Parts: sequence; structure tokens; C-alpha cells
Amino acid sequence: MNSQRTAVLKATHINKYFTEPVRFQVLKDISFEVQKGEFLSIIGKSGCGKSTLLYILSTMDTSYEGTLEVNGQPLTGRSQDQLAAFRNEHLGFVFQFHFLLPEFSVLQNVMLPGLKLGKFPAREVEERAYQKLRLVDMHEHALKPSSKLSGGQQQRVAIARALINEPTIIMGDEPTGNLDKANSEMVFDIFREISRTNGQTIITVTHDPDFAAGGDRIMEMSDGKIISHGYEAKI
Amino acid sequence: MNLKIAYNIAQTHLLTKKKQTMVAMLGVTFGIAMFIVMISFMQGVNQFLEDSALDASPHVRIYKQITSDRPSIIQTINPDGFNVVHHQKPKQELARIKNGLVIARHIEQQPEVLGVSPQVSTQVFFNVGSVPVPGTLAGVDVQREEKLYRLSKRMKSGTIEDLQSNSNGVILGRLLARKLNLKVGDKVNVTSSTGGTALLRVVGVFSFGIQTVDDARGYVNQAKVQELIQKDANYITDLHIKMKDPMQAIPFGQQLARQYDYKVEDWATANQAILAGEKIRGVMTFVVSFTLLVVAGFGIYNIMNMNVMNKIKDIAILKATGFGGKDVIAIFMIQSIIIGFLGAVLGVMIGFSLSYLLSITPFNAGDFLAIDTFPVKFDLKYYVMGVLFGVITTLLAGYFPSKRAAKIDPVEILRG
Repeated sequence: MNSQRTAVLKATHINKYFTEPVRFQVLKDISFEVQKGEFLSIIGKSGCGKSTLLYILSTMDTSYEGTLEVNGQPLTGRSQDQLAAFRNEHLGFVFQFHFLLPEFSVLQNVMLPGLKLGKFPAREVEERAYQKLRLVDMHEHALKPSSKLSGGQQQRVAIARALINEPTIIMGDEPTGNLDKANSEMVFDIFREISRTNGQTIITVTHDPDFAAGGDRIMEMSDGKIISHGYEAKI
Repeated sequence: MNLKIAYNIAQTHLLTKKKQTMVAMLGVTFGIAMFIVMISFMQGVNQFLEDSALDASPHVRIYKQITSDRPSIIQTINPDGFNVVHHQKPKQELARIKNGLVIARHIEQQPEVLGVSPQVSTQVFFNVGSVPVPGTLAGVDVQREEKLYRLSKRMKSGTIEDLQSNSNGVILGRLLARKLNLKVGDKVNVTSSTGGTALLRVVGVFSFGIQTVDDARGYVNQAKVQELIQKDANYITDLHIKMKDPMQAIPFGQQLARQYDYKVEDWATANQAILAGEKIRGVMTFVVSFTLLVVAGFGIYNIMNMNVMNKIKDIAILKATGFGGKDVIAIFMIQSIIIGFLGAVLGVMIGFSLSYLLSITPFNAGDFLAIDTFPVKFDLKYYVMGVLFGVITTLLAGYFPSKRAAKIDPVEILRG
């Protein structure tokens, strides 16, 4: 584990309510920090609010109470477009169901967030996309339409896409939830690798105990509350 | 906002759904093509009717109006009193324009006037055997009449020079000649309302393509009419004026009306029926065209809406990876614009082809109108208007679904 302790994500007193069909508190006073380079898994039973929490951390869900800070920047209360730009640059996502754009080739899928960022010319974005695809061992399929890939392959492409802008944090919503054992291991290895070598932070919500156990820390949730931050276990 | 990526995404969406794109495009194409055909045809008809009315009639006509709408004597003497005069008769007066030839010369010198033709016209009967056929004889100076109405171009047989060289000559309207069963070289007897008679020789037949003219008018030398109605050589009843620009006729007519104490009538007043018809056709054209474009707009709206619904997952993923609402709007608006623009261009081409086909389609209007094919007006303005309409409709039709796409909450979609 990294010796330097800088918090890249800080959630303070987060409360969240669902109003449909009846008012119901999903998250109850959640406060926690994630350190740079940390590989954090959030576990808990279905309905405990862990996915809801992840979507708040991802900045896509903005209807909550409390404050969220990523990379030292307060994100609570920013406009949707500002948040989108922030996500583009600082956050990467991997979902349970791959979610690639089916009309586009593998390479284009990976390139799109990079082109959107517009920090590098298209040629360089392409170069980087190839590099990321090589990392997930998908570079040979770069020009295939993404709809022609298997589930495991699509998930690896999705990881490459999440990495294209060198985000500070990569978030996963059950990234192995839909994969067989071999593919799950492959995805895990990639995560482990980027966390260690690039110092990128990883936060995943998972049901997979093996996947969680391989990370740096396991945070357990139950009934909208954090019941274990996972530090105790490591000590 | 990066328009280039938005364009690339839009292009990919359009190309992967070629059929849908085509259907949306054809909606616009059809709307615009019909718009162009309709407006070209309608304006063609308007133009044709206006031209034929303008060609055959003076832009401004000055004549003496003999009416009873003069104030009664008692009214002039006792203007504040309660005067009732029943059934007042017109004064006995001549229908002449005093100093007509002098006035004609004066008007002719105005820079905006193309020409002036003084005329003596009178009602006559053409006698065919024992049957009198009513008609009008216009006593003209042929050269001046030629300048105003290009009479020589309208001759079906004979020439206008024959009229000049023959003091008893007459040029008859085509329908009148047919009714009287007269050909060039035949003689006809005419009787004026004042009782004078003359034997005229038919030296030509003309056709303006306007029934009311071709069916009743005959041209003779001025002196002949003056002789027929027993008047002197200065007796002029009408001044026909042609302007260089027909639109100038209205203000010029008003100016003349102030200057001379005669009835001054411009072509717009004389042809109010044609102008009213023109207006009605104009409104109709716009209503129908507008409806077509609205229908096309709804077609695009539907397709774009469907498109957004189908792409809801893609939109969510784009938003998750950092595309903002504006980017999403751009992606779908660009699709609408491409559909609209290509549809419009195709529509313009089809519209032009159909208009062209219509303009060469033979059309037999009988004796009523001098026309061989449907009148179609080709004017760049209509094509520009069509494209503008098309693009604006698609912009509107695309805007609302795009706005909806921009509002999609990615969390709802991604959580499943």
C-alpha cells in the first residue's frame, strides 16, 4: 500500500432519499475517504445502497445531501455540464453490462472520451487508444465493430475506454458481475495492475468476494450505512 | 463543445440507420418539391394572367366619364338644405377629351411614359346579312398602337401596314371575324349608334388571346371613325398610356387625375378581379405548402424521437463518459440538419424537374387564353425559400427530441 496518504475522494455526511413510491432513506450519513492509488471494494447485500453511493460518487447522481470532493475540488452543487466535463477528465467508468456504442468500432469507442477532452490531437488520441487496448490485450480487435465482440472482450474494451484520459479514479459497478471466472480474473488483474503501476485509484462495487479480497480495502455497507470501513481488517 | 465529434457520431448514427434516414429525408424532399411546384405554377398563372391583362390593356387610360353623379343644381345653390332629387339624368355632353391630341403630346414627353395612343372608340353593329352583331370600333393611329401593343406580333393574317394604306380598312378580332364569317379581303357594313354607316374592307385579323377583346374589337383608322360618327378630326375619346414600368402606372395615374378633369383608370383598378385572384392563389399556395412542410416536420419529429428512444443507452454512456447536454443536443441536431439539408437539396431538384415537366406539358385552353403549355414561373427565390423552409422545419422538428435526449438521466439507464 502507498505510504503517502492523500485523499483523492472525500465524501462527507451523505444522505440520500428515494421519494418513489414512498419517501425512503437509502443512504444514511455516509462519510469516508479514499486515498490516492487505493483499490477499494464496496460490498454489501443487494439493496444496501452501495450502487446508489457509487453513482453519487460518480457525479452522475446529484440529488443528495452532504458534500463530495474529488481531487480536492468540491463537486456538490455544480451544473450538469460542469460535472460532465469533470467526469470526462478525472473519472473513468466500467459498468456491469459493458455499454459500448454498438455502431462504432472498438478503437472509436475507446477514442471518443479522449476526443471529447480535446487535450490531444486525434492522431495522438488514437495512439493512446492503441496503447490502452494493448494493456487490456484487445489491440488486435481494434478495428472490429464493438457489437461483434464477446462479453469479456467488451468489458476489457470498456476498461480501455475508462483509461483513455488517464483519470484519477476509475469506478466499477460490478465490473465482473456478468463475466465467467477466467474473464473476471483478467479484469481483476488489469485493475490491480493500473492501481499499482499508474497510481490510479479504483473504487468498485462488487458481489464477488474473490475480487474484493484482492483489493487494498473492503468497505462493507448494510442498510444505507457503512458498517465497516475496512481499516480494522487490515490492522 | 466539440462539433467535430458530435458530427462524427451523428454521421455514424445516420449511416447505420440508412433506411430510417432515407424515410425522414424523403418527407422533407416531398414537402419541398411540392412547395416548389405549387408556387412556381401558381405564380406562373398569376404572371400569365397579369401579362396578358397588361399586354392587351393600357397601363393608364384617360377618358371622359359621362355619369349622373354630378351635384344637382339645388344642391349647389343650397348646400346646407335638405335636398332630394330623384332620378337625375346625365347632362347631354360629348364623350370627347378636349384638346386630346395636345394632352397626348404632353404626356408623351414624360420620361416614365413609353407611349400614348389617342383613340376614338364607338359602339357599332356589324351587319351580317340581316343580323346585327354588336362590337366596338377603335379609331387609332396604327403606328402609335403598334408601339403600345405590338399589334404586328398579334396579327393572325394581314399586316398593320395594310390598314395604314387603306382608309376603309378594318382589322378584326379573331373571334369576331369568325362570328361574322369574314376573311381578309371581305367587306362588312357597320352602323354606328348615331346612325352613320360605313362599308369597311377587312385587311387583317388579330388575336390578343383575351376573349373580351378578340370577340368585339375592330381597329380602323382614326379618321374613319370620326367620319362615321360625324365628328371633327380633333375628336378623341380615349388616351391609352403605356409606362416603362407597369408599377409606375398607379402613382402616375394619380398625378394625371390631379392634372386633368377626366376619369383616369390604371391597370390595377381595371383588373381588380385578376389581382384579387392572384392574392387568393398566393394565400392558397402558402397554406398548402406550409401544411406539406408541417407534415414533413412531424415525420422528422417522429423519426428523431424514435431515434432518441433507440439510442437512450448510448446517450447515457456518452453522458457518463463526459459528454454534456450540449454535446448530446449537437449530435441529434446535426442529424436533423443533415436530413433537412439533403432532403431540401433533393426536393429542390425534384421540384425543378416537375416544374419543368409541367411547363412543357401541352395545355389546350381553347379560345379563352392564348397559351400552349401550363404557365410556370421559374424564380430562384422560390428555391431559396424552399430550402430555408425545409431547414427551419427540420431544425424545429429536431430540436425537441434533442432537448429530450439532453435531459436523459444516465443513472436511471445505467442502473437498469
